[in-house]
Amino acid sequence: MPSNARTRPNQQHYVAPVDETPLLAVDSVKTEGKPSNLWTDAWADVRRRPMFWISLALILIVVIVALFPTWFTQVPPNNDCQLANSNGAPTEGHPLGFTKQGCDIYSRIVHGASTSLSVGLIVTFLVAFLGIVFGAFSGFYGGWIDSVLSRIGDIFFSIPYILAAVVVMSVLSRYANVWVISLAIGLFAWPATARVLRAEILRVKNSDFVMAATALGVSRFRILLRHVLPNSIAPVIVITTLSLASAIVAEATLSFLGVGLPSDTMSWGNDISQAQTDLRTAPQVLILPSIALSITVLSFIMLGEALRDALDPKARAQR
Amino acid sequence: MKIKRFGLPAIALAAAGALALSGCTSGGSGSTGEAGSSAAIVSTNSTEPQNPLIPTNTNEVGGGLIIDNIFAGLVYYDAQGAAHNDVAESIETDDSQTYTIKIREGLKFTNDEPVTADSFVKAWNYGAALDNAQLSSYFFESIEGFSYDENVEEMSGLTVIDDLTFEVKLKQPESDFPLRLGYSAFVPLPEAAWEDIDAFGENPIGNGPYMLDGEGAWKHNERIDLVVNPDYDGPRTPQNGGLDVILYANVDAAYADLQGGNVDVLQDIPESALGTFESEFEGRSVNEPGAANATITLPERLPHFAGEEGKLRRAAISHAIDRAEITEVIYSGTRTPAKDFTSPVIDGYSEDIPGSEVLEFDVDLAKELWAQADAISPWSGSFQLAYNSDGPNQGWVDAVANQLKNNLGIDASGAPVPTFAELRTSVTDRSIQTPFRTGWQFDYPSMVNALGPLYGTGAGSNDGDYSNPEFDALISEGLAATEVEAGIEKFQQAQEILFQDLPAIPLWYTNTAGAWGEQVDNVEFGWNTVPLYYQITKSE
Amino acid sequence: MAGYIVRRVLQVIPVLLGTTFLIYFMVFAMPGDPIIALFGEKTPPPAVVEQLRERYHLDQPFIVQYLYFLGGIFRGDLGTSFSGQPVTEILAQTFPVTLRLAALSVFFLMVAGVSVGLVSGLRKGGIFDASALVVSLILISVPIFVVGFVAQLIFGIQLGWFRTTVGTGAPTQDLILPALVLATGSFAMIVRLTRASVIETSGLDFVRTAASKGLSRKRIVPVHILRNSLIPVVTYLAVDFGTLMVGAVVTEGIFNVPGVGRTVYQAIIRGENPTVVAFVTVMVLIYLVVNLLIDLFYAVLDPRIRYAK
Repeated sequence: MPSNARTRPNQQHYVAPVDETPLLAVDSVKTEGKPSNLWTDAWADVRRRPMFWISLALILIVVIVALFPTWFTQVPPNNDCQLANSNGAPTEGHPLGFTKQGCDIYSRIVHGASTSLSVGLIVTFLVAFLGIVFGAFSGFYGGWIDSVLSRIGDIFFSIPYILAAVVVMSVLSRYANVWVISLAIGLFAWPATARVLRAEILRVKNSDFVMAATALGVSRFRILLRHVLPNSIAPVIVITTLSLASAIVAEATLSFLGVGLPSDTMSWGNDISQAQTDLRTAPQVLILPSIALSITVLSFIMLGEALRDALDPKARAQR
Repeated sequence: MKIKRFGLPAIALAAAGALALSGCTSGGSGSTGEAGSSAAIVSTNSTEPQNPLIPTNTNEVGGGLIIDNIFAGLVYYDAQGAAHNDVAESIETDDSQTYTIKIREGLKFTNDEPVTADSFVKAWNYGAALDNAQLSSYFFESIEGFSYDENVEEMSGLTVIDDLTFEVKLKQPESDFPLRLGYSAFVPLPEAAWEDIDAFGENPIGNGPYMLDGEGAWKHNERIDLVVNPDYDGPRTPQNGGLDVILYANVDAAYADLQGGNVDVLQDIPESALGTFESEFEGRSVNEPGAANATITLPERLPHFAGEEGKLRRAAISHAIDRAEITEVIYSGTRTPAKDFTSPVIDGYSEDIPGSEVLEFDVDLAKELWAQADAISPWSGSFQLAYNSDGPNQGWVDAVANQLKNNLGIDASGAPVPTFAELRTSVTDRSIQTPFRTGWQFDYPSMVNALGPLYGTGAGSNDGDYSNPEFDALISEGLAATEVEAGIEKFQQAQEILFQDLPAIPLWYTNTAGAWGEQVDNVEFGWNTVPLYYQITKSE
Repeated sequence: MAGYIVRRVLQVIPVLLGTTFLIYFMVFAMPGDPIIALFGEKTPPPAVVEQLRERYHLDQPFIVQYLYFLGGIFRGDLGTSFSGQPVTEILAQTFPVTLRLAALSVFFLMVAGVSVGLVSGLRKGGIFDASALVVSLILISVPIFVVGFVAQLIFGIQLGWFRTTVGTGAPTQDLILPALVLATGSFAMIVRLTRASVIETSGLDFVRTAASKGLSRKRIVPVHILRNSLIPVVTYLAVDFGTLMVGAVVTEGIFNVPGVGRTVYQAIIRGENPTVVAFVTVMVLIYLVVNLLIDLFYAVLDPRIRYAK
């Protein structure tokens, strides 16, 4: 560096006065724009994805069907079932034919949406809530908190959930309804989520941005909530959307094992397990509610995929 | 009755105390001995015995099949359910209360012990003693000296006269006692059993047409292999080389194995194949009424089901159920609409007992009776029918509920109870608050077996607490009769009373439904829905 | 490392107590008297029921029954089933069969699930990726009893490729079809997890470095990408192992496999408490051991993970 009048003897560094180095465009900060964060970035990303919109539309349709079944069919699902129509082909006013009991399949699918959807959503919420609370605390705080929470998870997880659900449903059979069956499925399914989240948090909590936040004096709990958790949530989303699918299917399996919802409650699971005995002679009775189930499950999984990609900055960068 | 559960890994719970009994050749034709026999081994499906193989502690079909084939009792039943002497030389009585029983000479167990009067008396005393808590102890209830209040080591009613003769004295005259003796609880046991009864239950030693294929032939949950007992000298001579009993947790798997050629004879058909098995195994299947029935019990203690109102409502419900349609559509014709409280294979069965019109489907009459009941006290709430959902019941219960809904205009639905244990417990302790499903499989082929124990005042299986002194009197008179026909007449009159009161609504008889492969022949099913295995032949 | 293992092993004890207590309590709370059920449709004589209750300690309060059970464990006596078979013997019969079934199933998942996931991840957005998504979703949304029934009908009866049910002694070749059916439930999860993990790993610096060094795809994919993508997959498989063992409730019924799932289910329905709890205890032990092994295995897959804290 050439010496000039403004350098003092032995001075190593020269600091230019502001007027000598004007700010260029590259240095500007848009103060009028919204501050960027993970969620706004994700939203900006996700809204460009067609998969997101398609899945959202499908989910919206299923939700509307579930909330207002009578907008879609006037045929009562559980009354006027005549054995004379057993496994019958479609007729005027009954577009999908009849079940073994002679009930209208289309009407039962429409009316069953709310049960199946509720079971899926309640279980998913339960699994996500318990999984996140347990996983986040044990991963982030470590030490004895980790040991205690992880072992509690082990207790619930080492009893396989279908078995546990059979027992819980038998104990609570008198009160069998959507909430009870969701509880029976969800109560023993959350530790998987907790375990995966814990592993992810262990990885994330040593990142530079966490250290930076600590250095700035942000409280531990706030770091967990604002910085660590959002950056660890992607795999949890994949698992919970898949567990929504498993929950709806689990409801069918429980019906099959005789501990499902009572038969006057319309649900896809109930209908699928009932139709199983006639799989060889009348497969459509089983296939039709299965298609409804698959479409619902598919749309939630697609939504989960879109959200996961959007929430994971690394995956985003690659596109 | 047997529960045939579909798809479940558990199954064939002792759904009924009733034991499966092996039948025999028809009528007096008997078997002709070694002529047609071959060494080929026949395989069949069954379920894991739920209890050790001790005859007095075996009350379900899985264990019953084994006991009936490895033991020979005093009498055996032929395919029609008639009793013929087997081990017994003669069974004699003058008053239907004291019986003198002589057994044939020279018979022995497979461990070479002789079969003596003692073999019977000791086994019966063991089965009856309270401390042994045997599941079939009530079969000895009518023998003098029997007690549920204290432990009785030796019942006073059993007296050994000599090596081959003993005497049985009953508490009261019961003319059908000899008919009961073909039931598996009455078989003899060798001395070896008393050394270690638990070990005996695992490797029983019998005197029947077959025996276990050595120690450990019972491979739990997999199979039980039986071979022909070379020393067996009796009317049930095996025409094959042995019996491989393959244990299945569900009948669907067994049916798949029949289709795949891995099993020869199927004694049940799964729900999923009820509609197809007869065409798939044309000429190699059976489908005819058996000695079991299904009923709905509506106890008097339930609101709206007491007194005159209850009578009207029961009759209305009975008329509102289209039995023919349900047996055809739900069961593909593997049930037969009921015409009485017993079964068509039982001696004395009649379709035309006065009062049986109440079982006919008649919507208008049903509505009218229901309205008459409403005039006494208006109906409120919903009609619920309890059933155990670990068995294949939902189909028919939903169908009945739908018919009641459509035909009576009331709200009706099934009330599933997750396990058989829970249903039976709430029925037994009378805590159940809804009508419930019941069923009966005959222990022995006698009409009174489906009447007295179920509807007699204070009787063991009177789940609805039904009580009618006229009915009780007719049953006692029938039992005391010394002529079979006179007894049957009384029992039919007793059924007339049941048709008026309807303590339970008869629905249908369970059919014997089975199928077999091409390589076996001479497959005949007994009165109790179980094949007569000893007469099956198999080409090698 | 040794300290870590000791700590983990010691932690097994409270988990075991907690689990057995929980399952014992739940089965105890199930309504219905197992003794009455033994008599079928017949109403049993009360005196005989009393006797049998006493024999199986069913007349005792819950906590006493549980203590009987714990005491039995220390004596190596787990009780007997109603059929008079010692529970230890049932354990010895069923666990080997189910372990083979579950292991075979895990093998299929590793081979099929991971390869499909790998290809999907490497060709993200391609036709293969899309069809893999659809196929795995169909499999996840069809209940296992339907999959099993259809598989048996097609491969067992119509094509005759496999024995329709599992024969005596459960030979391994008979277990192939049930294991495949069992694997369908977890297939989607494995494919999705592998795919996500592969996508993430492919973008990492060491993969780019390897590529810029001129290493061939053939070497980068298995050595660099796959190995580093396996951690979440292996974790999930370990967690899923228990489900595979008892999720077999339905599969074992369809294929008549004399295994754990169907035995436990049967015991639950019959109220054979000692059998249920003994099985769950062994399952918990297996689960905990597998998870401990997996935790140690992480260190092999990823040198950055260390337990010597």
